[in-house]
Amino acid sequence: MKMKTILAAGAMSVAAIAANNAHAGAALDGIKAKGFVQCGVNTGLPGFSAANAEGKWEGIDVDICRAIAAALLGDSNKVQYTPLTAAQRFTALQSGEIDILSRNTTWTLTRDTSLGLTFTGVNYYDGQGFLVPTALGVSSAEELDGATVCVEPGTTTELNLADYFRAKGMSFQPVVIENINEATAAFFSGRCDVYTTDASGLASIRSTMAPNPDDYAILPEIISKEPLGPAVAQGDEQWADIARWAQIAMLEAEEYGVTSANVDEMKGSDNPGIQRLLGVSPGMGEALGLDEEWAYRIIKEVGNYGESYEKNVTAKLGLERGLNALWTEGGLQYAMPVR
Amino acid sequence: MTDIAKLPPGPLGSSSQRAVIWARKNLFNSWFNSILTLGSIAALFWIIPPMIEWGITNATLTPSIEACREVTGACWGFVNANLRLILFGTYPYDEQWRPLLAMVVLVGIIIGSLGAVPYAGMRKWIIPMWLVGIPVIAILMWGGVLGLTYVQNSYWGGLPLTLILSSIGIIFAFPLGLLLALGRQSSMPAIKTLSVVYIEIIRGVPLITVLFMASVMFPLFLPEGVTIDKLLRAQIGIILFTAAYLAEVFRGGLQAVPNGQFEAGNSLGLSYWQSMRLIILPQAMRLVIPPTVGSFISMFKDTTLVVIIGLFDLLNTVKLALRSDPAWTRYYVEGYAFAAAIFFLFCYSMARYAAYLEKELRKGEQR
Repeated sequence: MKMKTILAAGAMSVAAIAANNAHAGAALDGIKAKGFVQCGVNTGLPGFSAANAEGKWEGIDVDICRAIAAALLGDSNKVQYTPLTAAQRFTALQSGEIDILSRNTTWTLTRDTSLGLTFTGVNYYDGQGFLVPTALGVSSAEELDGATVCVEPGTTTELNLADYFRAKGMSFQPVVIENINEATAAFFSGRCDVYTTDASGLASIRSTMAPNPDDYAILPEIISKEPLGPAVAQGDEQWADIARWAQIAMLEAEEYGVTSANVDEMKGSDNPGIQRLLGVSPGMGEALGLDEEWAYRIIKEVGNYGESYEKNVTAKLGLERGLNALWTEGGLQYAMPVR
Repeated sequence: MTDIAKLPPGPLGSSSQRAVIWARKNLFNSWFNSILTLGSIAALFWIIPPMIEWGITNATLTPSIEACREVTGACWGFVNANLRLILFGTYPYDEQWRPLLAMVVLVGIIIGSLGAVPYAGMRKWIIPMWLVGIPVIAILMWGGVLGLTYVQNSYWGGLPLTLILSSIGIIFAFPLGLLLALGRQSSMPAIKTLSVVYIEIIRGVPLITVLFMASVMFPLFLPEGVTIDKLLRAQIGIILFTAAYLAEVFRGGLQAVPNGQFEAGNSLGLSYWQSMRLIILPQAMRLVIPPTVGSFISMFKDTTLVVIIGLFDLLNTVKLALRSDPAWTRYYVEGYAFAAAIFFLFCYSMARYAAYLEKELRKGEQR
C-alpha cells in the first residue's frame, strides 16, 4: 500500500517533469555534445542485457543502443550503459540520467501516456506462459485447476496469473518467492506443480536450470501480451525518430537479406529498397538529420535484427524466433518501409 | 562452577590427563551439558563430511561448464572463470589494474589508520593519509587525467565498490554521528530538537527505503537537467543512515561517563569543547568500541542493499556473473559461498581488530 502511494507520487512527479521537458532537440543536442548515448539496460537478463565474462554488456536490448550510436555518432561503441532495476528505470529516463531505456520494458498505454514516455518500437514479443513437469500429464493450461503455482512477485506476472485462472473459473495456490534462484529451485524440487513467468524466461530456466530439460514442458497457452521495446522521454521527436528508425533499419536489412557480412557487396545491389537503406540513393539519412551511411554502419557494426537475435537470444537462451520471426515467415516483426 | 583454585595443588600430570580434566570440567559437568556436547559432536559429524565432500573432494576448479557438469560436488570453476567479473564488475577489462591498485591503496590506508589508532603519537598521521589517499583512489577509479581513460562510475563494481562505499561511509558517518550525539545532549533546544528529529526519523526507516528514496524519488525533485550521480546519492544515503545509528551508540558512551567528570572539567575552567576532547570523549569512545565496530560490521554488510538501485557491489557482481551465461546460473551456491567467504574475511578482521584495540586501550587501567 505504502509502496503504491510512493510509486503513484513518483509517477505524478514524472509526468510533471515530462510536461516542462518539451523544448525540441534538447536530448539530441545533449547526446551530440557529450559524444555518447547513455543507455539504460537491465542489471542482468541473459540474451537481453547481461555482462559477459569480461564485463561487457551484451544482448538484443544492448544492440539497440549500439545501433543508435552507430547511426548517430558513427561508432557503435559510443555507448555508456547504466544498469537499472525495474523500479528505477522510468525515473532514470525522465530525470535525464539516461537518454534511452532499452530494458525489456512492456509497451502499455499508461506508460506511454502518464509516464511521459515515447516507445520507439518492439524488439521482442514476449508473453507469460507455464512450465510443467511432463510427469504431471498436463498438455494444456486449462487442465491446471487446483494447481500449486510458483511465481515471482512482480508487476504483472502475478496479476496475469490470477486473472487467467479467474477468467477460466479455476482455482490455484500461489507460492510467491522473490528470488529467481529460489523460485526455480522450489519448482524443480517439486514444491509446486507449475512455474510461470514470461515465455523467454521459461525457456531459459528449462534449458539451464532443469536437472533434465526433457522432463519439463512449456504449455502452449500464452496468457498475456508483453511487447518489449525501447523508450525515450517525450519532448524530442527527432531523437525518438532516430531511435525508432535505427531499430527498423535492422529489421529492414533482415527483410532484404543484408547482413554484416555482405553489406559492402549489397551496396552494389540493383534493388531500389536496398539502395535507399544503404544510402546509395540518398535522401533517407538527410530526412532523419543524419548522414547517408547511417544504416550501413548499423548493419556493418551491429548486424541485422536476425543476426542480433541469433547471437544473443538463440545462443544464450536456446529460443527459436517464434513470434519474433519476420512477418513473411509467420512472425510479427514487420519493418516500416524506409522510403 | 569448578574454580581453578579448588583443584589440588601441584603438577596436573600429563597433557592427556589435563585434557580429560578440562573436558570433564567444561563439557560434561552436568547431565544437560553432556547431552549438549554429545549432540553437538553428532551434528558436526553429520554436517562436516558432506560439506568437505561437496566443497573439496568432489569439486572442480576447472573453469568450464563441461567440467562442472561432470562432477557431483561444487563447481568452483564458475568462480574461477568469472573471477574478474565478480571482483571488478563491468569495469573495462583492460583497465582493471586500476581498481585493483585503488583497492590495495585503500586497504593500505585502512590498515595504516587502524594500526595508528592505539598510539597517540601516530594518530596525527591518519587524516593526512586519507587526504592523500582518497584523491589517489578517485583518480585511479575515474581517470580522465594523467593519460588514464575516463570511466563512468556506472561501470564500477565488485569488491572495490563495496570497500569504497563502506570505508567512505564510515569516515563521514563517524564525525557526523559524534556531532549528532553531542547535539542530542546539548542544552540548546534548537540543536537538541534537530538532532533528535534527525536520529529518530532515520532510525525509523529501513536503509532500503533511504536508498530507494535517494535513487528513485530524489532525482524528481531536482531542477531539470541537474542529475546527481547515482553512486554519490547511494553513498550519501549510507552515510546519513549510519550516522544516526552511530549517534545512539556514542550517546550510550557519553551517558556512561559519570557526571563528576563533566563537573571536574568545568571546575578546571575548561571550555565545553576542551573538556569534551580532553576528558569526556577519550573515556566515552573507549567504552563504545564494541558497539561501534558492531555498527561498522553491519554497515559493511548493509552496502549489499545497493543491489536494489542497480549498483554492483560484490554480492551483485556474483549475480551478474551468474547471468553472464545462463549455463552458469545453476551454480549460484558456489558464487554466493565465495562472496560470503570474502565478507566473512573482512567482518571477522574487523571484530578481531576491535578486540585488540580494546586490550590496547585498557592497558592503562590494568597497571
